[in-house]
Amino acid sequence: MNRRSLFVFAFVGSLALFASSCAGDDDETKAGTDGGGGFEEGPLGSVEVAPGDPILVGAIQVISGDRASLGTDQQRAIEIAVDDRDGQLLGHDIDLQVEDGECSAEGGTAAAQRLAAEPQVVGIVGTSCSGEAVPAAEILNDEGIVMISASNTSPSLTSDLEGTEADNHQPIYFRVAHNDIVQGQAAANYAYQELGAMTAATIHDGDPYTEGLANAFKNSFEALGGEVVLATAVTVGDTDMRPVLTEVAAAQPDIVFFPIFQPEADFIVAQSNEFPELADTNRLMGADGLLSDTFIVLPDTEDMYFSGPATPTGGAYEEFVGKYEDKFGEAPIQAFHAHAYDSANLLFDAIEKVAVEDDDGTLHIDRQALLDEIGSTEGFEGLTGSLTCDEFGDCADAKIDIVQNTAAQVSIEDVRGNVLYTFEPEE
Amino acid sequence: VSIATRPAAPVRRAVQLPIVDRFLWIVRIAAVAFIAWGAFQSISSGRLSFAQWRNLVVIGIAQGSVYALIALGYTMVYGVLRFINFAHGEVFMIGAMTGYFVADALGETTLWRDYVWVALAFVLLCCVAASTTTAVLLERICYRPLRGLPRLIPFITAIGASFFLQYAIAGLFGTDIKSYPNVEALDGAVDLGLFPIQKVHLLVITATVLMMAGLYVYVEKTRTGKAIRAVSEDQEIARLMGIDVDRTISQVFAIGGALAGAAGLLYGLVFEKVLFRTGFLPGIKAFTAAVLGGIGNIPGAMVGGLFLGSVESLGPSLVLQGYDIPAAHQLKDVVAFSVLVLVLIFRPTGLLGERLSEERA
Repeated sequence: MNRRSLFVFAFVGSLALFASSCAGDDDETKAGTDGGGGFEEGPLGSVEVAPGDPILVGAIQVISGDRASLGTDQQRAIEIAVDDRDGQLLGHDIDLQVEDGECSAEGGTAAAQRLAAEPQVVGIVGTSCSGEAVPAAEILNDEGIVMISASNTSPSLTSDLEGTEADNHQPIYFRVAHNDIVQGQAAANYAYQELGAMTAATIHDGDPYTEGLANAFKNSFEALGGEVVLATAVTVGDTDMRPVLTEVAAAQPDIVFFPIFQPEADFIVAQSNEFPELADTNRLMGADGLLSDTFIVLPDTEDMYFSGPATPTGGAYEEFVGKYEDKFGEAPIQAFHAHAYDSANLLFDAIEKVAVEDDDGTLHIDRQALLDEIGSTEGFEGLTGSLTCDEFGDCADAKIDIVQNTAAQVSIEDVRGNVLYTFEPEE
Repeated sequence: VSIATRPAAPVRRAVQLPIVDRFLWIVRIAAVAFIAWGAFQSISSGRLSFAQWRNLVVIGIAQGSVYALIALGYTMVYGVLRFINFAHGEVFMIGAMTGYFVADALGETTLWRDYVWVALAFVLLCCVAASTTTAVLLERICYRPLRGLPRLIPFITAIGASFFLQYAIAGLFGTDIKSYPNVEALDGAVDLGLFPIQKVHLLVITATVLMMAGLYVYVEKTRTGKAIRAVSEDQEIARLMGIDVDRTISQVFAIGGALAGAAGLLYGLVFEKVLFRTGFLPGIKAFTAAVLGGIGNIPGAMVGGLFLGSVESLGPSLVLQGYDIPAAHQLKDVVAFSVLVLVLIFRPTGLLGERLSEERA
């Protein structure tokens, strides 16, 4: 008796399930084919926003840990971009969902999975770090969700800028940050041509950003005629840099380029003054990952050089900084806020262009159309310059500054303002 | 578990052993050949001068001293309770953190400028007090209620306690990097007649040797030391002989904590930066050092620590670069743990063997 009632239950239950799934199918086909305004769903599917519902935009940024300033700065810039539109897009509220990518591959995976699980996510601004982006782009690509990063710079995410697609490139991936091929060129040009360095050593930490930039520097430096006498690496979490610095000192490079992060870089600069060959800090060069308010205040970083994205100029940028200061009570804390603002606007503009409104006010945003729209961006005027996307997702108007941290500079803006050299790639 | 109670080895095993043995010998010879050839290659390349090789050894010994001091805490607790206190790395981190806060507060005072050794002694006292308190509380709150249960249970508790302490510190004091104030008296190198050595390295090595010697005498010659040895031999018998086992175990944690606190300050002086994650990696390394030297063995922890530190510092340059492996220093941890495996293949009980309870402690 008992068993029979169980069977009936299960049978009725499965019938109900079957019926409901059929009904669901019907609904979808209807929406897909004869949605108002002649909306035709593309191969990647679409997002439907009912009248009164918000448009969900994701962000993957590092907002905790040692590198939190990088992501926090961008999160603030995205919030300003939302404010500038009064929090609305096509009459719908913009709902920003920020996930912490922790600047690691594991964090990027988890954040991307959380966002990919939300069918309403239209697009993502992020990630902060290239290490997060590699797995995140792969996961988001499966869902067809577009991502625009403001601070990933690793060449492995797009291309070598000479037409060869990189291993980790995904069709849904775009970025407003420069490709590190350009930054490597800038740093190498400055070291070789302006500082007269003939030999160099590079140190990375195994992260795609640091390794990519160290390699880009090496290639450019050698193309100019210099010699990279030692290309080495440290491990994240390591504190005793003296063994690796012994090797660097023995190689006697004219310049040491270490595009890594804190705290490992803190240990490198603190311990390198124990080596007579490296005690001279104007032989040390870092990159944008180290252009932070906590690094430049270290006494051992005085006279060090840094490469990094040029600080934008012009009235629009000053106006943006004014809004930033009003809203958050301090000046921008990192280098990529303007890029993040541009990324958000690029995404918002594209959504406005491709969204189709139904007779009943439902908004349809087709994922493929959104990708195509962003991919065909040409001459988009942002804070960081005129953005044009290439076929591998590089949209930046790359300008790289080489700056120096001297005794006269007290804040990070001062250091970023102390520009010795600006590099722009030839078109 | 005494050897006498084990059943006699079955005949089948006696036949198989030589094959295993032969295989192990091949592994041993291959390892020695690999290391020797790599070392020969990199020394003969003349990349590093003699002074640079020597500096690598000194750097390794200084780092190894810190490992050794932490390793003592692991080894003593293991010797007495037969379990690994995985939160010990955090006890060390709390010492280093306390050192930062006290040194930072003192950094601007006349005391720090004029009587820096007095100031450092005060900082040391605070570090030791903080770490000892943490270690004793840890035992009282997390381990004592679980005593007598299967060893896996306090072990898992230890991992939980480790995370708790780490994130409690992160939550209370932030995740940013904290820099020790500079100690001018420790800047630069000093020439001892043989070769110049960084003053801070000299301090670390001297302090470690003194503390180790002190500990050895303490465990060997004092009544408390005798009680510790008795408890590690057999808790039940020790209790019957009138030893307060709970108190003795607390003392073991206190001694381990005190040494970890001192190690925290030394770490702070050498590396000048601490953050909430500082205890994790040195903790794992110190545990490795304790196993290398023979867990439960006090001189073993010292030998294991110094050995591991030297291997980490020398290994990548000496062996790996000899094979032209790019970015060899990135493989520092791989080298450290490979050495652990190799040493355990050569000597399964560690360099000096496992013991605390035997008469030599």
